[in-house]
Amino acid sequence: MPRTPPATQVRVVTLTIDGQALSAREDETIIEVCRENKIPIPSLCWMDGLSIVGACRLCVVEMAGSPRLSAACSTRVAEGMQITTNSERLQRYRRTLVEMLFAERNHVCSVCVSNGHCELQWLAQTCGVDHVRMPYRNHAYDVDSSHEMFRVDHNRCVLCTRCVRVCDEIEGAHTWDVMGRGSDCKVITDLARPWGDSDTCTSCGKCVQVCPTGALVKQGTSVGEMVKDQQFLPILARRRHIR
Amino acid sequence: MNLDDLEELAVKYREEQGETDREVRVCVATACHSSGAPAVIEALEAAGAEPAADGARRCKVKGVGCMGLCSVGPMVAVAEPGADLRESDLYKSVTADDAAEIMASARSTDDATVERLHCPNDMPFFTRQRWIVRENSGIVDPDSFRGYVAVGGYAAMVQALSEMTPQEVINEISTSGLRGRGGGGYPTGLKWSTVAKMPAEQKYVICNADEGDPGAFMDRAILESDPHRVLEGMAIAAYAIGANKGYIYIRAEYPLAVERLKTAIRKAKRSGFLGNHICETQFNFDIEIRLGAGAFVCGEETALMASVEGGRGHPTPRPPYPAESGLWGRPTLINNVETFANIAPIVSNGGAWFAGIGTEKSKGTKVFALAGNILNGGLIEVDMGMTLREIIFDIGGGIPEGKAFKAVQTGGPSGGCVPDAHLDIGVDYDSLKTLGTMMGSGGMIVMDETSSMVDVARYFMEFCMTESCGKCVPCRTGTYQMHGLLDKIARADATHADLALLEELCEVVQATSLCGLGQTAPNPVLSTLRYFREEYEEKLAGSR
Repeated sequence: MPRTPPATQVRVVTLTIDGQALSAREDETIIEVCRENKIPIPSLCWMDGLSIVGACRLCVVEMAGSPRLSAACSTRVAEGMQITTNSERLQRYRRTLVEMLFAERNHVCSVCVSNGHCELQWLAQTCGVDHVRMPYRNHAYDVDSSHEMFRVDHNRCVLCTRCVRVCDEIEGAHTWDVMGRGSDCKVITDLARPWGDSDTCTSCGKCVQVCPTGALVKQGTSVGEMVKDQQFLPILARRRHIR
Repeated sequence: MNLDDLEELAVKYREEQGETDREVRVCVATACHSSGAPAVIEALEAAGAEPAADGARRCKVKGVGCMGLCSVGPMVAVAEPGADLRESDLYKSVTADDAAEIMASARSTDDATVERLHCPNDMPFFTRQRWIVRENSGIVDPDSFRGYVAVGGYAAMVQALSEMTPQEVINEISTSGLRGRGGGGYPTGLKWSTVAKMPAEQKYVICNADEGDPGAFMDRAILESDPHRVLEGMAIAAYAIGANKGYIYIRAEYPLAVERLKTAIRKAKRSGFLGNHICETQFNFDIEIRLGAGAFVCGEETALMASVEGGRGHPTPRPPYPAESGLWGRPTLINNVETFANIAPIVSNGGAWFAGIGTEKSKGTKVFALAGNILNGGLIEVDMGMTLREIIFDIGGGIPEGKAFKAVQTGGPSGGCVPDAHLDIGVDYDSLKTLGTMMGSGGMIVMDETSSMVDVARYFMEFCMTESCGKCVPCRTGTYQMHGLLDKIARADATHADLALLEELCEVVQATSLCGLGQTAPNPVLSTLRYFREEYEEKLAGSR
């Protein structure tokens, strides 16, 4: 009779990523395994501790035997999987995706409070984006400074929805959400009321800390001064998990 | 209740309809409705109320579903009860003023027709079709539950409930070779058996009626013409997979279809054909309607389910597939309207009968909506494997005003354009894919020589851009950029570098998008580039 493992126990699988043989728990996703093993995969919407949306598509990888690309954040590992994370084709796609993000809103680093501490800027550097081939959309978006501590500048938003998820899943306030469709999507507080008038916002600032760009920032910061704490969320999430 | 009881009921309902020699059927689906059918019915009823001569035929005016030839509506058919379109005297473009004349000719015992309005019923448009899904369309009154039962409706459901196990139902569907009619062409039997095998207390059936492709109106016509057929298909599906709750997700832009569905559900429930203990068995199945608020992406199954749950209509990555974790995390079966409309005849006639129709890998018939520069615009149902040329030139009657054919667009914003050189290919799921387009839900937009292919590509890209939900980066910003480039090319402002960038964006958006909408958004561009590249290059020439 074949031995069946106890139901609660998660099995471990082995897989190959970029030629490197690795082991992983079967409930892990490809991106988690890559992060553990220091295999660099760019990502924007994914964040350790938040739910997975698979929206930025920067973490797409090639899987042997599949004609389609898979997002590393939303694909679970499986026994014998063979993953390529960094082919010439993937690099080219990622460069184009980052370019598209830059062209979508007004990402002008030189005047941005997050200059030097911005994940989008860092992504552009690691993906080798030295110029943007497509025209900027140049749509003027609002800046909402009504909150006494924080500010939202929609011109810098990449719609990763980290703020929406952290507010809903970690803080439990669900102040943030998305409205509109296509490129006109916008993150909003409550029912598109000014942030300062929000009844639900607890002013915890988690959204500001997880925002990858200069879209959500502290009031009173000037160019390059907005440094975010990248580590608080994984720590918080782990503590919750242990509890 | 068994089949004999149902047959008794059908006989009773047929008798109730009274002694009628001829039915004067008026199409009351949206196309004819908007071109004046309600006034025609009223006038015909007024004419019918006038005393008839002795010995005249007894006539009854009846609102019926779509007859197919929407471009010359309102359509009226005069026929013996139970006769189909090919056995009827057909009249086109009828107005209220013609009512008296039509009624007089219907009553008269000679076979004279009103020549002025006559529409030949032996033209290829009617003779080349095969009606399975649209079997009752144009014959039964869509608002009448009794009318549906009288023509043998709900017999398949009663047969399944009283004589077949769920597994036997699934086996028939698998044998039939039916594939999803929403566009993807996934084998229906396989989908059903996957959901059936999921161990779960609660499962759901969803009917996807969020038809949104430009130029497609098959599902609307099915729901407006024969709503009970869809309900019956859903109930059989629910029995087969073990669900007790169904949703019909229909777009709010189809008010007539919604109204008819509501009526149909109400009447079926009242008669014990939906709800608890259906037809005195242990099977319970209830159907609710959910209205879509006009987002194309909500036709994508994961976005559709999010919308049914009351959330934002955003697609989510698959797997998990709905069969495993769908609506509220429960195993869910999602099929399109036309797929469900095929179920009852398959159960009644057997899967082998259905598998005998169509091509090797695509069985049965397909309903197409003919639109654009074509003489006979409207709805047709033909065997899989009929060539595009037969569909467009025989059934469709060709291009009006003596112009030359240029291309036919199939598959909506996810499909592509097929040029004249490939018209002799038999239409099925796989052949269209090799041509760089797809079956889609069945819209066919025919274009003549005056159409610009760059404009066509730009139009569809604009559609995808405005309908992109905004969740994933490639679709949200890629469609915007591609639309900008196409616009630039159409304005003859573009350079070769722009065309190269367009092609690269097509590749990136296709490969990296999250859901089907984004992955297929570049198809209209890619297919027009494949067959009409010179049109793009002509536009570039001046601006080198």
